[in-house]
Amino acid sequence: MRFYRSHILVCNATPCVLKGSRAVQAALTEEIERNGLEQEIKVVETGCLGLSECGPIIVVYPEGTIYANLTPQDASEIVREHLLKGKIVERLLYRAPQAARMPSVALPESPVLARQQRIVLRNVGLIDPTSIEEYVASNGYEALGKAFSMSPEQVIDEIKRSNLRGRGGAAFPTGIKWEAARNASGEPKTVICNADEGEPGNFKDRIIMEGDPHSVVEAMVIAGYAVGAHKGYIYVRGEYKQAINKLNKAVTDAKSKGLLGEDILGSGFGFDIEVFRGAGAYVCGEETALIESLEGRRGESMVKPPYPPTHGLWGAPTVINNVETLANVPQIILNGSDWYNSIGTERSKGTKVLTPCGDVLQPGAIEVPFGITMREVLYEIAGGTKSGKEIKAVLVGGPSGVCVGRESLDRRFAYEDLSPGAGALIVIDEDKCIVDLIHNCLEFFVHESCGQCVPCREGTKRMLDIADRWVSGEGKPEEVRLMQELAKNLAVSSRCGLGQFAGTAFVTSYNLFEDEYHAHLAEHECPTNICAMRNGRRMSNG
Amino acid sequence: MKNRETTVKSAPRVNVANIKAIVAKHNALRGNLLPVLHEVQAEYGYLPKEALATIATEMNIPLSEVYGTATFYSLFSTSPLGRHVIRLCNSAPCHIEGSRAILQAIKEELDLEPGETTEDGQFSLQLTSCLGLCGVAPVIMVDDDVYGNLTPEMIPEILAKYRQEEG
Repeated sequence: MRFYRSHILVCNATPCVLKGSRAVQAALTEEIERNGLEQEIKVVETGCLGLSECGPIIVVYPEGTIYANLTPQDASEIVREHLLKGKIVERLLYRAPQAARMPSVALPESPVLARQQRIVLRNVGLIDPTSIEEYVASNGYEALGKAFSMSPEQVIDEIKRSNLRGRGGAAFPTGIKWEAARNASGEPKTVICNADEGEPGNFKDRIIMEGDPHSVVEAMVIAGYAVGAHKGYIYVRGEYKQAINKLNKAVTDAKSKGLLGEDILGSGFGFDIEVFRGAGAYVCGEETALIESLEGRRGESMVKPPYPPTHGLWGAPTVINNVETLANVPQIILNGSDWYNSIGTERSKGTKVLTPCGDVLQPGAIEVPFGITMREVLYEIAGGTKSGKEIKAVLVGGPSGVCVGRESLDRRFAYEDLSPGAGALIVIDEDKCIVDLIHNCLEFFVHESCGQCVPCREGTKRMLDIADRWVSGEGKPEEVRLMQELAKNLAVSSRCGLGQFAGTAFVTSYNLFEDEYHAHLAEHECPTNICAMRNGRRMSNG
Repeated sequence: MKNRETTVKSAPRVNVANIKAIVAKHNALRGNLLPVLHEVQAEYGYLPKEALATIATEMNIPLSEVYGTATFYSLFSTSPLGRHVIRLCNSAPCHIEGSRAILQAIKEELDLEPGETTEDGQFSLQLTSCLGLCGVAPVIMVDDDVYGNLTPEMIPEILAKYRQEEG
C-alpha cells in the first residue's frame, strides 16, 4: 500500500451526490494533479457522515477537518491553502447549524458526532466502502476469523449473552432466533438480511449499506456458521440502487479474497451470498412476506406460527435479521458480550441508529447508546426545529410507531421506556397539523396494504375515508369512536404488523391532541390552517 | 386527453427468443421470477403481455401467477410508461417538508395527474412511498436520478433537462 500524507474523504452518499459531490470530487482531483500532488494526497469516496443538510462535504485527514457546502470552485483554494500551505480555509469549514458562531474544525468534535457512539456506523464516512482493503485495515473480517476459532454454539452463546435485539423494530433477541434455527431440523438452512427498508422516515439501513457494506457481508457469514447455513440472501428494496451496487461489489470482492465461497479462511465452512433486488412493496419488510417475494410470489404475509427459524425459505429453517442488527455482530464477536453489555441501559444493550427528520434542523442518521433522552437527540444533536419553534409531535419509529408530544422529551430511548422502533423520528413543529399528518400516514397504509386479509385491506381504507372527511371539513365528532374501534380491530385481527399498527399513530395522537381533532370535527376548522388550505383537494395514490 | 393504457411510445415488439434467453440466463427456478421480471422491464420499459406469457411457459408457472406477481410490485408496470418516469415521494417526512407543493408544480408543468402519461409520451407521473432520502426531503426520482431539497421553482428546470435530452 502506498503511503499518502493526506486523505480527502468525499462523501458520496445519495444526498451529497444530489448536491453535486461528484463535481466537487472531480475538481479536487484535477487541482491535486495540477499541483503534482497525486502521489501524496489521495481522494477517497465514502459513505454518509450524517451531515446531509450541509453537502457536499469533505473531510481532510489526518487533521479531520470538515469542509461543507462546497462547490467545484472551492477546490483550488482547498488544495492551495490547506494541502500546500497547511492553512485551514476558515470560510469553508463545516458549521453546526445549532452553533453557527463556532466552526467545528475537527470531525470528532463536531456536535453531531461528539454525542454519538458509533458501532455499526463506525466505518461509515471514514473508509471507502468499495474497497475491501480499507475494511480489512479497520479490523474487517477479523471477527470472522475469531468466530471460526469458536464452535457455532459458542458464537450463538456470545450473541445471546450480548442481549442484542432486532433493530428492524420488533426487537426480538437475535441469539434466541439463531439458536432456534440451529436446532431446527430441515435443509438447506438460509440466512437472510432484511434490507427492505420502507417505513417512512427510516434510512439507517441505506446509510450502513452504502457506507460499510462489508460489515453486513461479514456478519452474514458469521450467522451462517452459527446456524449451519451455507447460503445467504440480502433482500434490498428495489429503489436503493446505490446500496445494491455497493453490496454487489462487496460480495464480488469478498469472493475473490476467499471470504465467501468454499472453505472460507481454511475453516472448511462454505457460504455464499446473493443480493436480491425487491420491486417496490413496503409489506415485504415483514419477514414472511419477504420470503414469499424471494420465492417469486406476491409479497403477502403468512399466518404465524410457524416462524421462519423453523419454517422459512422453501420451508426450511431460516434466520432473518435486519441490516443494523447484523452490522453489530462482528463488533460483538470481536470485543465480546461484556463490552456490549457495558453500553446502554439495564434492559437495552448497545446502540441504536436513529434518523431524525421532518422539521428538524439537522436531519440524518446518528448512532447513540440506549438510554439517551429524546430531548438530547432532537435538540442537542439534531439542533431542534428548522423554524426555531417548539416541537409539537414526533412519530417515533414512523407511521407504524407511536405519536408522542413535548411531554415525552425527557423519556429515554430504551425498550423499557420509549421504544425507538426502527429508528425514525418524524418531527413536526407547532405550525403543522396533526390531523393532516395522520391522514398522510393512513394514505400510506392504504397504498401499501397487500390486500389479502380483510381487516387490513378494508380497515385501513375505512379509516382513510373518515380521515378524508376530517381534513376537508366534513367530519363529525362521533366519528372519533368509530375510528378508535377500527384501530382496535385492526390491531387484534390483522395478519401482520402492517395492519396491526396502522391505527396506533391515530390513537396515540388523539390522546395528545384531542382539542385539535375537536376543532376539525366540531368547528370544521384547522387551527394551523393546513387542512383548510387544501380546499378538499388531496393527494391521492392514483 | 392523457393516455392511461394506450401505447405511448413505439413499444418494441416482444422478441420471444430474447425473453427465453433472459429466463435461461437466470435459469427457470421459481425464485428467479423477480430477477427475470426486473430484466424484462429494464429492456422493454414495461412488462408486455406477450413477455409475461413467454415467461410463464418457460418457467412453468401459471400465467395468472406471473401476472399476479408482476402487478403486485410498484416498480413493475404492465402498461407502457412514458420515456421518463417521475416518482414523487408523498410519505410523511416529504409531506411535512412540502411534497404537495412539488406535486402541484409538476401537475401544472406537465398538465398531468398521478398515474398518467403525457400525450407526447415523454413523462409518466407516479406517487411513491418513502424513498429513504428523508434527510433531503422533499424528494422526487426521475428515472434513476434523485432530486432532493426541492422547491416548486426548481421543477421546470429539472424537467427541461429531460425534455432537451430528446433533442
